[in-house]
Amino acid sequence: MTRNARLIDERITLKYGTGGGAMRALIEQVFAKGLGDVGDDGIGLAAMDDGAAIRLGDQYLVIATDSHVVKPIEFPGGDIGRLAISGTVNDLAMMGATEPLALTCAVIIEDGFSRDTLKRIWESIRATCEEAGTTIVTGDTKVMGHGELDGLVLNTTGVGLTKRLVSDAGLRPGDKILVTGTMGDHGLAIMATRNELALDTTLASDVAPVHTLVRRAPDVGGAGVVALKDPSRGGLSSALHEMAEKSGVGIIIDETAVPLRDEVRAVGELLGIDPLVSANEGKAVFGLRPESADGVLDAIRSHPLGRNAAIVGECVTERPGFVVLDTGFGSRLLAEPEGELLPRIC
Amino acid sequence: MRFVCRRERVMSPSDPFAQMKFRDPARARGLRDTLDRLVQQADHAPISVMHVCGSHEQAIAKFGLRAAFPENLQVIMGPGCPVCVTDVPEVDEAVALAKQGVRVASYGDMLRVPGTSQSLADAKAEGAKVDVVYSVTQAVDLAREHDEEIVFFASGFETTAVATAAVLVDDPPDNFSVLSAHKYIPPVMEIVAEMPETKIEGFLAAGHAATITGSAVFEKFVERHGLPVVIAGFEPLDVLAGLVKLLEVINSGEPRVENAFPRCVTREGNVPAQRLLWRVFRPTGGRWRGIAHVPNGNLRLRDEFARYDTRKRFTIDASALWSYAPPKLVQQCQCGDIMAGISSPSECQLFGKGCTPDQPVGACMVSAEGTCRIWHQYGGQPDLRSMKRGAA
Repeated sequence: MTRNARLIDERITLKYGTGGGAMRALIEQVFAKGLGDVGDDGIGLAAMDDGAAIRLGDQYLVIATDSHVVKPIEFPGGDIGRLAISGTVNDLAMMGATEPLALTCAVIIEDGFSRDTLKRIWESIRATCEEAGTTIVTGDTKVMGHGELDGLVLNTTGVGLTKRLVSDAGLRPGDKILVTGTMGDHGLAIMATRNELALDTTLASDVAPVHTLVRRAPDVGGAGVVALKDPSRGGLSSALHEMAEKSGVGIIIDETAVPLRDEVRAVGELLGIDPLVSANEGKAVFGLRPESADGVLDAIRSHPLGRNAAIVGECVTERPGFVVLDTGFGSRLLAEPEGELLPRIC
Repeated sequence: MRFVCRRERVMSPSDPFAQMKFRDPARARGLRDTLDRLVQQADHAPISVMHVCGSHEQAIAKFGLRAAFPENLQVIMGPGCPVCVTDVPEVDEAVALAKQGVRVASYGDMLRVPGTSQSLADAKAEGAKVDVVYSVTQAVDLAREHDEEIVFFASGFETTAVATAAVLVDDPPDNFSVLSAHKYIPPVMEIVAEMPETKIEGFLAAGHAATITGSAVFEKFVERHGLPVVIAGFEPLDVLAGLVKLLEVINSGEPRVENAFPRCVTREGNVPAQRLLWRVFRPTGGRWRGIAHVPNGNLRLRDEFARYDTRKRFTIDASALWSYAPPKLVQQCQCGDIMAGISSPSECQLFGKGCTPDQPVGACMVSAEGTCRIWHQYGGQPDLRSMKRGAA
């Protein structure tokens, strides 16, 4: 991967946590060195996919893990608990494991944290597990000193089984790109709560488990579903860059086809943040063979969480690894976010 | 400041811009075709025009307009970023004050603009009291909240300077003062027009600044230099319509001022705002970073407002900041040439490599209105004219 070839800095700064090229360079140069090999028939650490997959007989065991540091821990549309469960269930789904078997949850709490807040967060975790048809089967509890961390950190791990893995590297020229709904809702909702302009908006996070939505695509499209990605940190832009880079194709996105809420567009323009680089927590991005695209689109749109789904682009041979945005007025490259967005979005 | 936005409708994915009059792709295509025709009709090629506003560059980059411009039309960004042209000694003054223990408030972009050896952000990291504000009134609020001196390090062109002036005529608290780095655009256009390296045939002037100054302010410029000026707004259709008008005037061979932003700009401009501006500020010559000494290009407080003038109120000694050799990267920085429109970010070997928004080398990568920052934000400027969907 030539684009990650630059060496990482002496100090790990916030940009290494934004889900972009810097983080991938860190994983390559530090975390994946001598670790993470699962054999030819699985997906290990070096693939930097949404999770790992290990062959078990005629199916795969899929494992995904996430830490959650969102600030504020309760935000319009959700909280850190709903985010943790949804994030892990969604990561499993993005690998093709759309029926989560079980989750673990480790909590690290700051000395002095409110019991009532913790109970609210836990109720949200329980409700989201119920919604997702899964549960937490084990966990771990640590408390750190006041000021040693900010409130509450959650780590969740999930496992699931699948017969067919969907990677994020299966695109070829001519394939279509589908998004399952409006883009940028989560990131801009969080930013609006933090911005010092004191925005008074009705923006809400889209955080939700989307495995039942994702499941509809292979049910209808079968082998025509060739790539799947969670557009969380770094938003649609990061997801597309990873898919383009790993698949060795260029992607052209029709900006006028990308579904956006009016309010997300307005607040994005006000804050100077492109909704296409802003995080989603209840969406998926699909790569589809052209003959499967319309059928999958109909199936996704018939799901309550997929009503705004749209085909937004296609893959080309030119400019492999890059994403071109056709704005309707002209075109430009879509930049991959790097250290420019606010940290602690999820 | 409160911003309320309560609409929560999802736009139809097929036609999201339809109701936005100035973002209609179909009308953009019509304007592009006209632009093509006008460039072909010209008796020479290529034609170079300059705009002098970061907001124009934002619109051009964000909407990918350059990929749609005719091949023989070069649209260059000139010195249109007030933060970028704030000169090193001006930054040094603010840094020196902050290091003396004075509380300094400024716009976020100004914090990272490098001075001789330090930026305000560096001073802040060392413990100086530096506050980010979103408006001059927030700085006045700070003065009301604190018993200590508050210096507002003021940057911006005539549009922003009017806001500073409005606060100063409204009896701000005694512990409030202004360190003005405000700049005035019309004089720098004269400098750029006379640079031997530039081959500019016309200017696109900034609609918001002209809302204050009026279009008449450019009439003498046109007489003196024989270069047309067209005032344009900031939506993609505004920029395209402004360029069409500019090409028409260039082709006519009769340079004049045209207003392509009549929904906001008049010939006289905002007369009360002009009165306010010139009541508080006087134009004076000074250096613009990387460009030149610009006669009448700086706005300083008049004597009547001396008690709010930081430079009169404090003895500022920045000499301690000067014993310093600039690092190698800074010597390679091409911000000056880029701001003068002689060079483009893609011709700078640091762009996107040694110089990123994360670790900017030059001021053009710091400010949201800087050419380099804008190009970086919108994916650089590779030639995408040949990219078509379905090419596979």
